[in-house]
Amino acid sequence: MTTIVEVKGLSKHYGKVKAVDNVSFKLEEGKIYGLLGRNGAGKTTIMHMLTAQLFRTSGEMKVFGEEPYENEKVLKQICFIKESQKYPETFRVKDVLNVSPLFFPNWDKELAQSLVEDFRLPLKRRMKKLSRGMLSAVGIVVGLASRAPLTIFDEPYLGLDAVARNLFYDRLLADYGEHPRTIILSTHLIDEVSQLLEHVLVIDAGKLLLDEEAETLRGSASNVVGSAAKVDAFLAGKKVIHRSPFGGLMSATVLGQLSKQERLLAAEQGLEIGPVSLQQMIVHMTGSNGNNEEAAQ
Amino acid sequence: MSFPMDDSRPIFVQIAERVENDILEGILPEESQVPSINQFAAFYQINPATALKGINLLVDQGILYKKRGIGMFVATGVREIIVSKRKEQFYEQYVVSMVKEAHKLGITAEQLTDMIKRGAKEQ
Repeated sequence: MTTIVEVKGLSKHYGKVKAVDNVSFKLEEGKIYGLLGRNGAGKTTIMHMLTAQLFRTSGEMKVFGEEPYENEKVLKQICFIKESQKYPETFRVKDVLNVSPLFFPNWDKELAQSLVEDFRLPLKRRMKKLSRGMLSAVGIVVGLASRAPLTIFDEPYLGLDAVARNLFYDRLLADYGEHPRTIILSTHLIDEVSQLLEHVLVIDAGKLLLDEEAETLRGSASNVVGSAAKVDAFLAGKKVIHRSPFGGLMSATVLGQLSKQERLLAAEQGLEIGPVSLQQMIVHMTGSNGNNEEAAQ
Repeated sequence: MSFPMDDSRPIFVQIAERVENDILEGILPEESQVPSINQFAAFYQINPATALKGINLLVDQGILYKKRGIGMFVATGVREIIVSKRKEQFYEQYVVSMVKEAHKLGITAEQLTDMIKRGAKEQ
């Protein structure tokens, strides 16, 4: 596997605020990554540094083997679809599509046209008159049709309805299957995209919390429910990421696979063991006190 | 969008199980061609690398085999292999949990046997 992004000890500080704090990771060619984390975790700051739109405070960074700043060779291989992309005042949808080939050498005009039809985008409408969902759809059209070796989507489906989101996943997988490339999906809506991801990076409060294959994470946490004393005894020495007491009962989420003996022991003690989804697991890991707002969604 | 995957278990295992189910039910007869990796990915809306991992699991067990340049096929005689594998899992997966729930409800072993007989008759 070829490494296309290598980041070591990357930090971005604003005064005393550490927006990104000593983050290291690698991205390999041809994989779909999920950059996951809560609002304000530092996801967008990392993406801005990767795409040379923001200077780092410290650390090392190589994109396609080179320093990205003012480096046309690197930057023309990247397509970054921002959450709130600004367009020139007079631009219509078709103007955006007409200038895109200038920035993206692999631009596929036919793919762009068929996506415009799928998303029912009004070509002659001004960008500033578009709804939030349509603005997101334009970003998706540009991101997919760019066929850039590194394509980054930051919260790509803000305001998109369920039909359009489904369309995005279908077209992304179809085009990725034919033209494999590295794709980063940055989002806080984990359930929606988790099946599409091959690898997961979780950012929390500026730090990298998790860097793991999605399939390895699935099924690597369990929920243990039972009387509080028995649950506590069972969990001694294990990595517990979440506890929620309920009367005399306790529900706890524990990291790591449970062995067959441990499962038998739990059954003897009258404890129930249940599965934990990827989203629940990340919510528990990034929620400071276990009752954050995302858990309620 | 097809039946959603269970996000609390590895998806490649679920893909392998679903292909095995299709073989058991005769949807995929022996020596028939299975869909391509990209077709799996599109149908289940999953990452192609995950689909590949699931299919490779079945290739490793000799349930599917590769014809170079053509695709993936169901091997001959594998229905029996899957049936015996599933029979082994049957006790743990269904019987243990059923007995546990029956115990909770105060259903005796005799009553449980009668219920199973009744269920079998109605099938």
